[in-house]
Amino acid sequence: MALEPSDVQRAAHLARLAMNDADATGYVDDLGRILAMVDQLQEVDTDGVAPLAHPLDTTQRLRADEVTERDQRDHFQRVAPAVENGLYLVPRVVE
Amino acid sequence: MHDKTLTQLARALADGETSSRELTETLLGRIDRLDGRLNSFISVTHEQALAAADAADALRAKGQAGPLTGLPLALKDIFCTNGVKTSCGSKMLDNFIAPYDATVVEKLNAAGTVSLGKTNMDEFAMGSSNENSHYGPVKNPWDLNAVPGGSSGGSAAAVAAGLVPAAMGTDTGGSIRQPAAFCGITGLKPTYGRVSRYGIIAYASSLDQAGPMARSAEDCALLLGTIAGHDLRDSTSVARGVPDYTAELGESLSGLKIGLPKEYFGDGLAPEVEQAVREAIKVYESLGASVHEVSLPHTHYAIPAYYVIAPAEASSNLSRYDGVRFGHRCDAPSDLIDLYKRSRDEGFGEEVKRRILIGTHTLSEGFFDAYYTKAQQVRRLIRQDFIDAFEEVDVLMGPASPTPAFDLGANKDPVSMYLQDIYTIAVNLAGIPGISVPAGFAGQRPIGLQILGPHFAESQLLNVAHQFQQATDWHQRRPALAEESA
Amino acid sequence: MMQWETVIGLEVHVQLATKSKIFSGASTAFGAEPNSQACAVDLGLPGVLPVLNEAAVAMAVKFGLGINAEIPEVSVFDRKNYFYPDLPKGYQTSQMYHPIVGAGEVEISLDDGATKRIRVHHAHLEEDAGKSLHEDYHGMTGIDLNRAGTPLLEIVSEPDMRSAKEAAAYLKAIHAIVTYLGISDGNMAEGSMRCDVNVSVRPKGQEAFGTRAEVKNVNSFRFVERAIAYEVERQIELIEDGGTVVQETRLFDPEADETRSMRTKEEANDYRYFPCPDLLPVVLDRAYVDHLRSTLPELPAEKRARFEGELGLSAYDASVLASSRAMAEYFEAVKDACGDAKQAANWVQGELSGALNRESLSIEQSPVSAKQLGELITRVLDDTINGKAAKQVFQALWNGEGDSADAIIDAKGLKQVTDSGAIEAMIDQVIADSPVQVAQYRDAEPDKRGKMIGYFVGQVMKASRGTANPQQVNALLKEKLDQA
Repeated sequence: MALEPSDVQRAAHLARLAMNDADATGYVDDLGRILAMVDQLQEVDTDGVAPLAHPLDTTQRLRADEVTERDQRDHFQRVAPAVENGLYLVPRVVE
Repeated sequence: MHDKTLTQLARALADGETSSRELTETLLGRIDRLDGRLNSFISVTHEQALAAADAADALRAKGQAGPLTGLPLALKDIFCTNGVKTSCGSKMLDNFIAPYDATVVEKLNAAGTVSLGKTNMDEFAMGSSNENSHYGPVKNPWDLNAVPGGSSGGSAAAVAAGLVPAAMGTDTGGSIRQPAAFCGITGLKPTYGRVSRYGIIAYASSLDQAGPMARSAEDCALLLGTIAGHDLRDSTSVARGVPDYTAELGESLSGLKIGLPKEYFGDGLAPEVEQAVREAIKVYESLGASVHEVSLPHTHYAIPAYYVIAPAEASSNLSRYDGVRFGHRCDAPSDLIDLYKRSRDEGFGEEVKRRILIGTHTLSEGFFDAYYTKAQQVRRLIRQDFIDAFEEVDVLMGPASPTPAFDLGANKDPVSMYLQDIYTIAVNLAGIPGISVPAGFAGQRPIGLQILGPHFAESQLLNVAHQFQQATDWHQRRPALAEESA
Repeated sequence: MMQWETVIGLEVHVQLATKSKIFSGASTAFGAEPNSQACAVDLGLPGVLPVLNEAAVAMAVKFGLGINAEIPEVSVFDRKNYFYPDLPKGYQTSQMYHPIVGAGEVEISLDDGATKRIRVHHAHLEEDAGKSLHEDYHGMTGIDLNRAGTPLLEIVSEPDMRSAKEAAAYLKAIHAIVTYLGISDGNMAEGSMRCDVNVSVRPKGQEAFGTRAEVKNVNSFRFVERAIAYEVERQIELIEDGGTVVQETRLFDPEADETRSMRTKEEANDYRYFPCPDLLPVVLDRAYVDHLRSTLPELPAEKRARFEGELGLSAYDASVLASSRAMAEYFEAVKDACGDAKQAANWVQGELSGALNRESLSIEQSPVSAKQLGELITRVLDDTINGKAAKQVFQALWNGEGDSADAIIDAKGLKQVTDSGAIEAMIDQVIADSPVQVAQYRDAEPDKRGKMIGYFVGQVMKASRGTANPQQVNALLKEKLDQA
């Protein structure tokens, strides 16, 4: 599957990575060769093979419904770039 | 003192030959003198280390010391450590003082070990040479022109250079085993789910696993027993008892069936690596093991499958770095999109962005089944290859890497860099344990033998490695690292 | 003139009433200080991992059982990837491909007492997002992540509704089921239940669906009706003017009473769903599901049928009284206390509901308890008081003037007077005091007298302060007036 600069731009936007046209062109080559390597997967006959999401065939453990966490807001917000009145600040969100 | 194993140091502490304080000061001094040339540490935590050492000595004075109390070690900078910068090798987290401890860190602290600091690594554990770190590359202590391997390159170099007797690493596609091989130390990747991932900054969640890197299999056994176990905070950690991993050390290898996957001895394998591995196999035969050729027919597809699954998981795992709650935030964002795009563009390095883009692309509409579903199907076939092989043999052996450590800057092309992990990556897809042990040299540069076992066969794997180390002295070789004059 | 048919499907998000969050041990309590209930996991700090809350699973399964849905043995959590400041990890953990609840159905009842079955496509578990606060922080938006990670059950209907009324009835039915099950407080004002509406129109008789618009932010029963009414009118006008409906997301503005296109800030979303590698498949064994089934209470549809069938209530009464768990429980307690279902229904639907509505109280807030009301009705049934006095007693109970009907009856002397001697004396006095009216009555034709007697009854009742037995008063008056 050939990769176009527009594919790179699209992925960059979805992933929220700044990308100008020159960057995108630069990535096309690298990413194109990675995808070409990945395309070897198509040689494998996987008819009737169930996808494997986890290496072990275990199932989800369920947690008892208990409140175990205390308020650590100040501790956690010490590493935050911008807070006020306990809120994280971001540029104005327009709905 | 700096070239002793953890086991030897534990005995020295127990016998009162030294104190944790003395040991810690000695090693901190070595780090201060020597690490300028290696760059194996991102943060050296002098104060915390000395405080922990004193606490350990106090505990010992009260007769309350455990087997690991007072032993110094280092942590890959991917383990969250409360109050200490945890950068994951990234500019994105250069300002991140972790507000909590990873489960592995809690367990090590509870065991009384003394962390000297946080080791350098490829950014977000993405790399095989440690050249992808925001903090600059790490040098291989055996040859300062060579890479130490990656992504746990700092941990491997620090142990090899005698800066710490052991360090914690993580392994997503070979990131413990390959640097262990390149630096001539012993590195164990446990079974997926054996060690809690809680507090380990995620790269690819279904592949990541933490493990010990040390100077002997015995040391790895000691550490694994401390960090392994079920964690209620990690759904993927396995509820299964933790055996005494040192208990099986010493069992005879007579009758052991060793499988040599024919795919691990093909094109691209450096002759000196092949020779060292074959010599090692002969040692095993002399110890009473038998050797059988086996096949892992889907080996060739492990790297393609990995480069779909790992980047897909990574692209999602790394979405939380958005400049809002922690981490790098760009200056004066004009709006929300600008905040996201510039913060992430500035915070992430090239390889990380490359993998985010690959993962985003392969998960996107119209591509998902062809890439992701297909890769997961191939993943099942790869796991089945191992399950089938372990019907025939007890362990598999082969090279940890197709070449010894390569020169810094030698591998500019991402795809050829990815191919370095040909022998390690399938192990993570299958979730089985693997260990790399020193097995020779190519010139100055060490060569690693990789031993693989079935799920949860760590005890056997460690004994198989230990028996080799009883019969050889490759693991006792130390690089000649001239003391720097101040 | 073209005849149009409306086609409606609803996606209802129900916050489950767990104590802790779906993937962390942080509290879900409403109204805490911003970010004081956002723990490391909720914040998506580097390295944290989710662990699934058993209560959220149990509540989802109970809902599934309550709508007779299939409960698949295996369900899987997926990640829905998108960036938004109230979404800390950059993905929402949800269930795209293998939801916890499969297809089921909900019975709705309409105003005329008729019922209709609405199919539920599936229901899945997911985590709620935080909140963006748009008060001005130096031109910035504030983010509160207390709500992030609150368990949500998203219930997705088939497009089976054909009017705004049906949609509102469906939402009420879902509300009733989740509150009956006790899996949500159903508080729409606090956002415990939120609704997105898919609306399209098509010419009557046409089989293919029209293009639909998704209307978000429709968060009350009334808004559902109003938003749909507006949207249907908009779409029909658009088509009749030669335009076409575009598939889009619209926002309902309750102030302006209209829906508005949400500016599409970018190309169509691509959520890149994939199975969450931090969570394993959820496997529910039969015994667990059977155990949950055994804990289910009687649900609205069953209750409605029993009220109508066993208790002989009208379809309308049965439907209203079964509409909420609190209402049904209140009614049944009154019925048990007085032993007469129809009287209990009349009082709950009449006097009590009227008073509650006047003061905008919910049934849970009623100052008159079910026991008190039941005793009051008992005193009417055993003729201790008449209907008029009963209303006085009810008012006194409502005002807190006494603890029980009996205490108020005694205190106010409202016991019905059935002593005919006493009543006769009062009648004689009234006749003596009303010579003009008596003369008019006696001059009137016998067929007119029926109406005229009302005046005298009123006077006697007044004299008795309402306590005389009205039937007795009527009979004795007639006798005395007709004598002369």
